[in-house]
Amino acid sequence: RQLRRNGGGGADGDDSLYPIAVLIDELRNEDVQLRLNSIKKLSTIALALGVERTRTELLPFLTDTIYDEDEVLLALAEQLGNFTMLVGGPEYVHCLLPPLESLATVEETVVRDKAVESLRKISQEHSPVDLEVHFEPLVKRLASGDWFTSRTSACGLFSVCYPRVSSTVKAEIRQHFRTLCSDDTPMVRRAAASKLGEFAKVLELDYVKSDIISLFTALASDEQDSVRLLAVEACVSIATLLPQEDLESLVMPTLRQAAEDKSWRVRYMVADKFSETFVSLQMYLCFNCIHSVLTIWLSDLCLLCPVSEQELVSDTNQHVKSALASVIMGLSTILGKDNTIEHLLPLFLAQLKDECPEVRLNIISNLDCVNEVIGIRQLSQSLLPAIVELAEDAKWRVRLAIIEYMPLLAGQLGVEFFDEKLNTLCMAWLIDHVYAIREAATCNLMKLVEKFGAEWAQNTIVPKVLGMANDPNYLHRMTTLFCINALSEACGQDITTKQMLPVVLKMSNDQVANVRFNVAKSLQKIGPVLDSNALQTEVKPVLEKLATDTDMDVKYFAQEAISGKHFTLINVNKLKMAIIKSEMHFNLLVFTVLVLA
Amino acid sequence: TCSSSSTPNFSVPSAEKVDGFPRRSMRRARQRRSHSSSQFRYQSSQVELTPLPLLKDAPVAELHDLFCKKLQQCCVLFDFLDCVADLKGKEIKRAALNELVESVATSRGVLIEPLYPEAIKMISVNIFRTLPPSENPEFDPEEDEPTLEASWPHLQLVYEFFLRFLESPDFQPSMAKRYVDQKFVLQLLELFDSEDPREREYLKTILHRVYGKLLGLRAYIRKQINNIFLRFIYETEHFNGVAELLEILGSIINGFALPLKAEHKQFLVRVLIPLHTAKSLSIFHAQLAYCVVQFMEKDATVTEYIIRGLLKYWPKTCTQKEVMFLGEIEEILDVIEPSQFIRVQEPLFKQIAACISSPHFQVAERALYFWNNEYILSLIEENCQVILPLVFATLYRVSKEHWNQTIVSLIYNVLKTFMEMNSKLFDDLTASYKVEKQKELKRDRERADLWRGLEEHQDRRMQMLTEAARNQRNLQERGERGDPPSPSSPQTSHSDQPELKPSGASSSSSGGGESAT
Repeated sequence: RQLRRNGGGGADGDDSLYPIAVLIDELRNEDVQLRLNSIKKLSTIALALGVERTRTELLPFLTDTIYDEDEVLLALAEQLGNFTMLVGGPEYVHCLLPPLESLATVEETVVRDKAVESLRKISQEHSPVDLEVHFEPLVKRLASGDWFTSRTSACGLFSVCYPRVSSTVKAEIRQHFRTLCSDDTPMVRRAAASKLGEFAKVLELDYVKSDIISLFTALASDEQDSVRLLAVEACVSIATLLPQEDLESLVMPTLRQAAEDKSWRVRYMVADKFSETFVSLQMYLCFNCIHSVLTIWLSDLCLLCPVSEQELVSDTNQHVKSALASVIMGLSTILGKDNTIEHLLPLFLAQLKDECPEVRLNIISNLDCVNEVIGIRQLSQSLLPAIVELAEDAKWRVRLAIIEYMPLLAGQLGVEFFDEKLNTLCMAWLIDHVYAIREAATCNLMKLVEKFGAEWAQNTIVPKVLGMANDPNYLHRMTTLFCINALSEACGQDITTKQMLPVVLKMSNDQVANVRFNVAKSLQKIGPVLDSNALQTEVKPVLEKLATDTDMDVKYFAQEAISGKHFTLINVNKLKMAIIKSEMHFNLLVFTVLVLA
Repeated sequence: TCSSSSTPNFSVPSAEKVDGFPRRSMRRARQRRSHSSSQFRYQSSQVELTPLPLLKDAPVAELHDLFCKKLQQCCVLFDFLDCVADLKGKEIKRAALNELVESVATSRGVLIEPLYPEAIKMISVNIFRTLPPSENPEFDPEEDEPTLEASWPHLQLVYEFFLRFLESPDFQPSMAKRYVDQKFVLQLLELFDSEDPREREYLKTILHRVYGKLLGLRAYIRKQINNIFLRFIYETEHFNGVAELLEILGSIINGFALPLKAEHKQFLVRVLIPLHTAKSLSIFHAQLAYCVVQFMEKDATVTEYIIRGLLKYWPKTCTQKEVMFLGEIEEILDVIEPSQFIRVQEPLFKQIAACISSPHFQVAERALYFWNNEYILSLIEENCQVILPLVFATLYRVSKEHWNQTIVSLIYNVLKTFMEMNSKLFDDLTASYKVEKQKELKRDRERADLWRGLEEHQDRRMQMLTEAARNQRNLQERGERGDPPSPSSPQTSHSDQPELKPSGASSSSSGGGESAT
């Protein structure tokens, strides 16, 4: 092996600089890693060879020697999808078909999928003529291949060429797809079922009705549940294609059958796709169907619930259950008031009593959907115990999650109900023994005030918060300060100056240093809300006194407050940032709770 | 290697991993209750069972009728998750099953034609069910305790009955085949995914009997096992009964007629060999290796497929699997025909050399043990001219570099053996070692040069192309706007250039200029 190069570095940029043999040696290196590196830089090699020799020498070599490590083949399959320019543009793109065809028949799924992906990509670069002359025959060859791998790959290629070929060829493609849907190997049927929806989308409506529906029905009653569940998945796309008057007769019987399938995997898939399918089915037009399907679902839920009581429910089932919980909540908008009350309410109430906090939280977090339809009042009596229980859950993360929903709940339930039932809870969180809960509770109060207004705050929240300033526990006294920090802006100047400020000032004499330096911090924070008179006459003297405190930290924060006493807007922005940050933090935690609980 | 996990993911483990400790406690809790039942749906209106007279007391004329009644009684399913529910009913069914087993096993003339559909129906009702989702979504058959089937007290007796039924001297395949059909067998095969090893053990024996007695189903059974394996390899990577199915196949292969049919060779090359790629290979490797060796003993011409296949799927990162592969290679070499050995020795010993230089001492050790096998040693000796040059450089280098003393001394032994085999060749190789090393370094440098040149070329081409594209665009814009040519038009869109940076892979060694003339 020798390397012929004229002048170091090949400065003249001649295309024929590198004999193909040298480059091919690189692609054939014994060391897999080196071979893989070479394949990953196939475009560099092709560029060095020029388009002509890439077509006539490199590609035939690649086509002939496809027996390699899957890793190398994967890289090759990927590279070839981006090779159009390197073989001379769309005019010559069909040269890429032979190597990709071989790759589409290998065993390893990852390689095959990548080859199909690349084939789909370059199919778009074919002219309609080339598509019929070169691409479509390839699809046909794959579809009638001996081994299941090529037939599986063919399934993914029908939909990309169908729209751009003549009607005779279209008929052939439909025939091939039909054949593959009833293939002998379940692997091929699975591939066909998973492409059924995609293929249906490119078909003319008449063929959807005549061909696709029968295929869908057949696949949905396949002997293997792995095939059936993929057919259910395709249902969503098929339903969107059909006119409403046909849905009942063409899709519903199969869907109903799938909802009752003996395999939990299939039922799970129906559950998963439930609301999605129903939206596309526009079910408000056929109430009968809803009724029967819902009955099945109710029984499935009832089936799962007793199992959970015996603590024998598996993770998967919990997952199914909570997936159902959220899906069913979403249904209420589609079903309308009467149906929701009749069918969903009992279910919903049962779920609120579920022993798994995740299920309960899922229901509560989706309350807004139900509220839009029947009003939350219908539920408030059942809702309350569930909320109270979650609010007192032993896991602080669960408590945190329910706090997150408080503003939402307050909005749904209204001031009156809130004051009566939930206010105490909100106040109780302020003295929780976990700091994260107290912090969240503070933030919650702020959001409530934003919702219900300053007047409400003045009457309900503020007195209670200020009352805690006299609590023997210094942590609770500090909570007062934190609440004031959070509430002052929402409550406005009047309340802040008249009610909050005196309490803060009085606390500057607290015997615990932590409280005193938090007074300094609070004064800095509420400064922007106060008028300049109060700042000068009341705040300044207190801060000056604290600046001479015996405790180092108190001194420090007092001086900080004095030096930043002109209280620029920046401080306010910082506070807002902090709130936004803590909200993000909540969401993350809520997510964690939902997963862990 | 590539992994093909296209499993629909029903669990939500990703976020669980954020925080490890609650999970562990959950796990422990789960392990305590390691019983599950797949019978999710029980008949809502539970039938009250009443004890029937004993079979042994029945007058001959009524025996079959009573047998039939007992079979029907055994079609009632019970809730075993609730261990105190309907104890009386459970006991009646258990006793009835026991009697049925006893009767089929010991008395002749019981199995008459009308009983076949009833018996198969009873078996189907009891054993065929959709297996429950695993309690542990990340169930690792090697580490975790399997979930046991809660309804086993009844299920076991049903399986026992089925087995006795098949083994009974009265059993008539011609009658049974009407009921034990393809659909039945397919459902039976799906049960092999059961997590309960006791159930799989029964299934194994039963399927073996079905295969042996119902000849019409043989091809179908083989095809379905193929499908299960292919789904396991390429789609789900999960199936609990691979080892059991392989065990059955081991004896099936044993009975293959010669010459091997294309179908069987295809099974070897496209199913058995790829099975080696599975992550959970250790669970069924013994059975798999047995099948592979069975094939070789049937027909030596498949040897090359097997060895090349194993080399193709040789583990890259999992040393534990590498040791298993080496074990299997030794099993194969133990029975290999010398003529076949010659066909594969070159790629094979390149791989063995690579194993010897593995930093994992168990891998190196396992490979070096080949020299302790007398038959292999004789094969090596016969082909010393070919093999020694393949492994010499590695042995020489590793003997100086390996961290593990055991490996070093094993290598010395191997080197000594070679020296005794062919001292002339050995001396030649020792002498040329340094030169070869130099040549190798030179080749590396040349490669680096080649790639540097290629990449510079690419850079230039891309520059030219961008330039051309820009000029064209300028031309167009000028044409559209009627503007005069603007030489300083902003340099736009470099974004569609491919990656130009020389990647670290082709180690850009310095002083590369001296080579390449």
